[in-house]
Amino acid sequence: MKRGMAFYAQLGFTLFVCAFLIVPVILSILAGVTVNYLSCIQSGFTLRWVYAVWDGYRDTVFLSIGISLACLAGTLILGIPAAYALAKRQNALSRAIEELLVMPVAVPGLATALALIVTYGGFGGFRTSWVFILVGHILFTLPFMVCSVLAVLSAIDLKTLEEGAASLGASFRQRFFHVVLPNCRGGILAGSLMVVTLSMGEFNMTWLLHTPLTKTLPVGLADAYASLRLEIGSAYTLVFFLMIVPLLVALQWLGQARPTKFVADDE
Amino acid sequence: MSRDSSRLTYLLLPAGIFFGAFFLLPLAQLFHIGLTGKAGWGAYTAILTDRNYFSSLISTLGLAAITTLVTLIVSGLAGVFLQRNRFPGNGALVAMLTFPLAFPGVVIGFMVIMLAGRQGLIGDISRFLTGDKIVFAYSMAGLFMGYVYFSIPRTILTVMAAAEKLDPRLEEAARSLGASTWHVAVDVIIPGLKPAFISAGAICFATAMGAFGTAFTLATRINVLPMVIYTEFTLEANIAMAAALSFVLGAVTWVVLAVARTAAGSTVAAAG
Repeated sequence: MKRGMAFYAQLGFTLFVCAFLIVPVILSILAGVTVNYLSCIQSGFTLRWVYAVWDGYRDTVFLSIGISLACLAGTLILGIPAAYALAKRQNALSRAIEELLVMPVAVPGLATALALIVTYGGFGGFRTSWVFILVGHILFTLPFMVCSVLAVLSAIDLKTLEEGAASLGASFRQRFFHVVLPNCRGGILAGSLMVVTLSMGEFNMTWLLHTPLTKTLPVGLADAYASLRLEIGSAYTLVFFLMIVPLLVALQWLGQARPTKFVADDE
Repeated sequence: MSRDSSRLTYLLLPAGIFFGAFFLLPLAQLFHIGLTGKAGWGAYTAILTDRNYFSSLISTLGLAAITTLVTLIVSGLAGVFLQRNRFPGNGALVAMLTFPLAFPGVVIGFMVIMLAGRQGLIGDISRFLTGDKIVFAYSMAGLFMGYVYFSIPRTILTVMAAAEKLDPRLEEAARSLGASTWHVAVDVIIPGLKPAFISAGAICFATAMGAFGTAFTLATRINVLPMVIYTEFTLEANIAMAAALSFVLGAVTWVVLAVARTAAGSTVAAAG
């Protein structure tokens, strides 16, 4: 009986926390499709605000998708070879490099962005192009790709696999592309989803790195929240949710599939 | 052997060059720019000597500390509960608690406005109940709510993963020896979760120190360091001061994370 009480008290608390996180999301989705949020849902549903957002801020959606895909390409090219090298050499130096690579996550985006501006702000063409934002995003997301791939590479028996392939005459290139890469598919996929999701939502750095011609989705959101009516801000947020939810669902699905594979190696 | 290691160096090189050119070099430049202002080295001590900067440092540290404490209590209670009790809908609750993980700070700020803003839910409910409309989104309290909002999804998975590894036999032993639920929690569960609390708490703390988007959406008048840096940079055009302050902010958050990682690591080693 006493245990039952404790169970329901904790369940109630957990439900309250869930409500705290989810209710505002639902409210904002509703606000984005109602005619007038002040007079509640009775005023009826409309897609007017969504269309208004699409008209005014379409470019930010495309720029964000473009940057996040370019960021993914960048982190794949830079991150996978680095993770492989770090997995092969487990010594003090490789741990120090790992520590350094994770720094952009620890240092606030504002500081990194300022550092980039005071160093490269003078290169006009570079400063005003979207590549400037891309550089910031790659810095911030690279650690997630490296850690994700490194986790898988340290969990599998890389040495035996590679030696096996080498003894059958496989060159380094063949081993890398046909043995190493297929074996860390899971880590690459998880890292990729993380990179795209983070790049899509990055604001702290992007707000300082952007120019009027290179506005990303979160920058546009900040604009809309500051200057437009609540319904448009909500509709814009709805557009952002539509883009990010599939990525989050995929991430959670991967996250659930993963522990069963990793638990044994943790011991 | 040497061919092998030169190959590994060569594989690390692209990431290394990118990192050096766009992170280490800019950080060094940031440090240098911080020295070029009127104050010279004083820019780096101004955060302690200037009353305004010092007060924003204290409020930023305080806000980050309270956010971390509240988040750990909330995530600890909900996380251990969800890990221990399997019931229909459990997975859906976990999904809801981790869903806002990828929301940018600006969106979190907007969520706070939806709850506690001028047209917010809390205001409506309080007006219905007491006749007074409670609006606190555009203040430190609103910022605190936003920080707890984005910290919960970041910590709950770590807590749940650690709770999964706790040995239930320890709790049973404590119970059979007559320990109350409270004592089991304080003497068995919390010490067992300590490494997870340290590492999750450090991430909470560092994120709350450096977060900018939420404060930016809620109000420019909230006195926290990232807002001060932003104001110095854009409105005052005091680039040297902005550089010095952000270098100090970056150093503080990095040190907090590094210390916590060492502490959590050594606790794990000591336990094992």
